[in-house]
Amino acid sequence: MIYLQLFLSYLKIGFFGFGGGYPMITLIHNEIVMQRGWITQAQLTDIIAVSQMTPGPIAINCATYVGYTVTGNVWGSVLATTACCLPPLTVMLLITIFYKKIKNNRFMISALAWMRPMLVGLIAATALLFLNRETFFDWTSVLIGVVCFVAVWKRVNPIWTLLAAAITGILIY
Amino acid sequence: MIWQLFWTFFKIGAFTFGSGYAMISLIEREVVDRHRWFEREDFLDQFTLAQSAPGPFSLNTAVFVGYRVGGWRGALAAVVGLVLPSFFIILMIAMYLTGFRENTVINAAFKGIRPCVVALIAVPCVRMIQKLNLPQILLALAALAVIALLGVSPVLLLVLGALLGIVLAFMEKPSSTGDSLGDEPDQSDRP
Repeated sequence: MIYLQLFLSYLKIGFFGFGGGYPMITLIHNEIVMQRGWITQAQLTDIIAVSQMTPGPIAINCATYVGYTVTGNVWGSVLATTACCLPPLTVMLLITIFYKKIKNNRFMISALAWMRPMLVGLIAATALLFLNRETFFDWTSVLIGVVCFVAVWKRVNPIWTLLAAAITGILIY
Repeated sequence: MIWQLFWTFFKIGAFTFGSGYAMISLIEREVVDRHRWFEREDFLDQFTLAQSAPGPFSLNTAVFVGYRVGGWRGALAAVVGLVLPSFFIILMIAMYLTGFRENTVINAAFKGIRPCVVALIAVPCVRMIQKLNLPQILLALAALAVIALLGVSPVLLLVLGALLGIVLAFMEKPSSTGDSLGDEPDQSDRP
């Protein structure tokens, strides 16, 4: 039963994962943390951090991780990862096959354009969710957050930013 | 050919850390310069489409390159190749990190990392806001409010956004659509 739930949840996340990485975190948060309660928000934060430091897309890494955590075995990972990849695989195959017809379809262009503000709202909601006492528990953590924001804004490589934050954490706490 | 696709995307999957910039050029080098599976312009055209499909865009790129080179089997080989490296890495982490997590040093590191993750999410969000016009910003704020305050499903909002776009396209004159999928948002911060 848990396997079926896992499969369906990740099918949904894969299908509505427009905009890739960060908007998908919102979907994952809503589905896996809020509705299913499979992992905590703190665990999700850790997964995002680990995903940034390891190769591969966040959504797929997260599926692999959650699949294992929830079921306690490798097949849970395989199932969740497959479910997460299936919808994009199918949709993208269709797009590739009907490439010429879709390319300049004004309904599709307009639909995608108006999904964009929704995506921004989605990511903002996720950012707000993570602005909590658990993450920012003292002034130092607030300072780390601000410095990292500026660094990433100035296009410093996220991996270096994360490593610097990790070292700061080890030195201070 | 199938094997070559698998191997090419396996390498891409194993070496794409963090931002999307590095990945685009890596895929481009392998697919256009090295194997000559695509003309450069053709590749970049399809790449724009891949950004508008749901899902991580490295995955979508694997699908279209794989399909054009080796049919559906090629697409499958490319996707499996792309996913396998990170699958094994994350699986190892999931199996063994839970024990590590109790370690005080690791714990301290993650205390520093968490605020940084918030920054990583916030930056692309602010960048995307800069690219919206006023009605779109208002819509984004409304979306934020109903998700954060009312707990409305993000999926529902995405569907509403798409429907709104289709309705607006119906109301416009057909002649006024000069732009194609070319002006997608800056995706450089996608992981």
